[in-house]
Amino acid sequence: MSNLSGNLVALQTIVRREIVRIMRIWTQTLIPPAITMTLYFVIFGKLIGSRIGNIQGEFSYMQYIVPGLVMMSIITNSYGNISSSFFGAKFQRSVEEMLVSPMSNWVILLGYVTGAVTRGLVVGFLVLLIALFFTHLQIAHIVVTLLSVLFGATIFSLAGFVNAIYAKKFDDIALVPTFVLTPLTYLGGVFYSVNMLSEPWQAISRINPILYMVNAFRFGVLGISDVHIGVAFGVMLLFVIALSWVALNLLKRGVGLRS
Amino acid sequence: MSPSPALVVENLRKTYGNGVQALKGIHLTVQPGDFFALLGPNGAGKSTLIGILSSLVNSTEGDARIFGVSVNKQRNEAMKLIGLVPQEINFNQFEKPFDICVNEAGFYGIPRKIAAERAEKYLKELRLWEKAQDQARMLSGGMKRRLMIARAMMNEPRLLILDEPTAGVDIEIRRSMWQFISGINAAGTTVILTTHYLEEAEQLCRNIAIIDHGTIVENTSMKLLLSKLDVETFVFDVNNMPERLPNLPGITFRRIDDHTLEAEMPRTQAMNALFDALTTHGITVISMRNKTNRLEELFVRLVENGRQETGRQDSKEKVA
Repeated sequence: MSNLSGNLVALQTIVRREIVRIMRIWTQTLIPPAITMTLYFVIFGKLIGSRIGNIQGEFSYMQYIVPGLVMMSIITNSYGNISSSFFGAKFQRSVEEMLVSPMSNWVILLGYVTGAVTRGLVVGFLVLLIALFFTHLQIAHIVVTLLSVLFGATIFSLAGFVNAIYAKKFDDIALVPTFVLTPLTYLGGVFYSVNMLSEPWQAISRINPILYMVNAFRFGVLGISDVHIGVAFGVMLLFVIALSWVALNLLKRGVGLRS
Repeated sequence: MSPSPALVVENLRKTYGNGVQALKGIHLTVQPGDFFALLGPNGAGKSTLIGILSSLVNSTEGDARIFGVSVNKQRNEAMKLIGLVPQEINFNQFEKPFDICVNEAGFYGIPRKIAAERAEKYLKELRLWEKAQDQARMLSGGMKRRLMIARAMMNEPRLLILDEPTAGVDIEIRRSMWQFISGINAAGTTVILTTHYLEEAEQLCRNIAIIDHGTIVENTSMKLLLSKLDVETFVFDVNNMPERLPNLPGITFRRIDDHTLEAEMPRTQAMNALFDALTTHGITVISMRNKTNRLEELFVRLVENGRQETGRQDSKEKVA
């Protein structure tokens, strides 16, 4: 058997195992984000949003926040999936099953990232369905919409993987979501347009990678964005390349995995 | 052309980040088809060596070749040849034994259909088929150990490494595991076994290496090693114990309790004199057995000798 076909079987195995895991604990992986986002739609979209009026022309506040909330679900769930699954494998030492096997490092990374992206997309789709109960949406640019969710989920899967590699205890995989991911998400233009901010806050906001993901997705769904769409995809591509390089380098050196 | 040895270890060294030298330049060769015992006290360097062979530990210096394939230079190729049964339980406890085995095969690039057939075969052979669809955490300790053996067989390795596979397992299950591993070995798989049950090594293995403080203190055939043992200890169950024990040249008697007596004597010495002395002292022997397995006595001596030697060298270095 060639190395490539062997690696492809190994890749399928990891992806299948990850998806089985997501479905086995669906009450932890799929339902909570759907409930949380429903509350956001009810409170921010319906109750408060109805008093805010339209944003950027013809869009109601509910319509404006839907892309941001969908993207927020995608990135937090992709991140959470990979960090808890890979760290869980480290904690139980079942990661050794993969480390002593002949599969290449890129297979391990791609397998876990695919699993995490799958969960992100499933949750994103569920949240989008829920959003349709509250408002009317029409996808403006389907390719941009799909690419932006794919990039967003991939970036945060890779970031979650790096976090899991360095993590030594379960607390360590909760630190980044609490102190980095959540603030960046809330300040990434989910609930407002950064154009509403005064300087220097507008300039500071543009350092936040989540701003580009939210706006790329919002452009895909509504056709409006605070940033140039080319710049948004350029930034996301840069993050995918940089984080993939970091993750593969950590795997090669065996950081946190091999003595 | 003669076949490559199953394992060649050359000048293997490992120094951990905290400065501990786990391996101090060891050399070792295991021939194809061998059943090889790797023994040593806790912390001797056995698990570090196995970690390097299975690529879980990076060596500081030196290399190992599995059937001629370098672990350092051709890791992926070398790993295809190995099956590993680690010391600690290391599967996902929430998965089913069947899935654990099939996934393991998948990691080795084995298609799912073949993997499912092999999983059934090895789970049945290791008497785990009835538990194949239960969560692994529900298995008993012995079952978990057998599951790790079944998992290690999924890629049908040419070299099977077992790191204390029978630790904490009752004697009946241990014997069934010996039987399985012996069968695997008889079918051509080279086996390297580490164990603290020296009886196990004595019964199963043809060749042996004893490692202590990161160096190999003995590497020979089991037969040759056991022939070095010149003293044997017998345990007698007696129905009466005299005040004074017999005094015979070359034989040391020890009273263990009111009904147990031990006698240590050279292997070459005839036992008639021993029985005469017991009879003269009015001791009635109910039954008699060997005290410990022979390898255990040798093991303790070799490790102690090695430590005394190391101690001497250390003190010389300090003086120098």
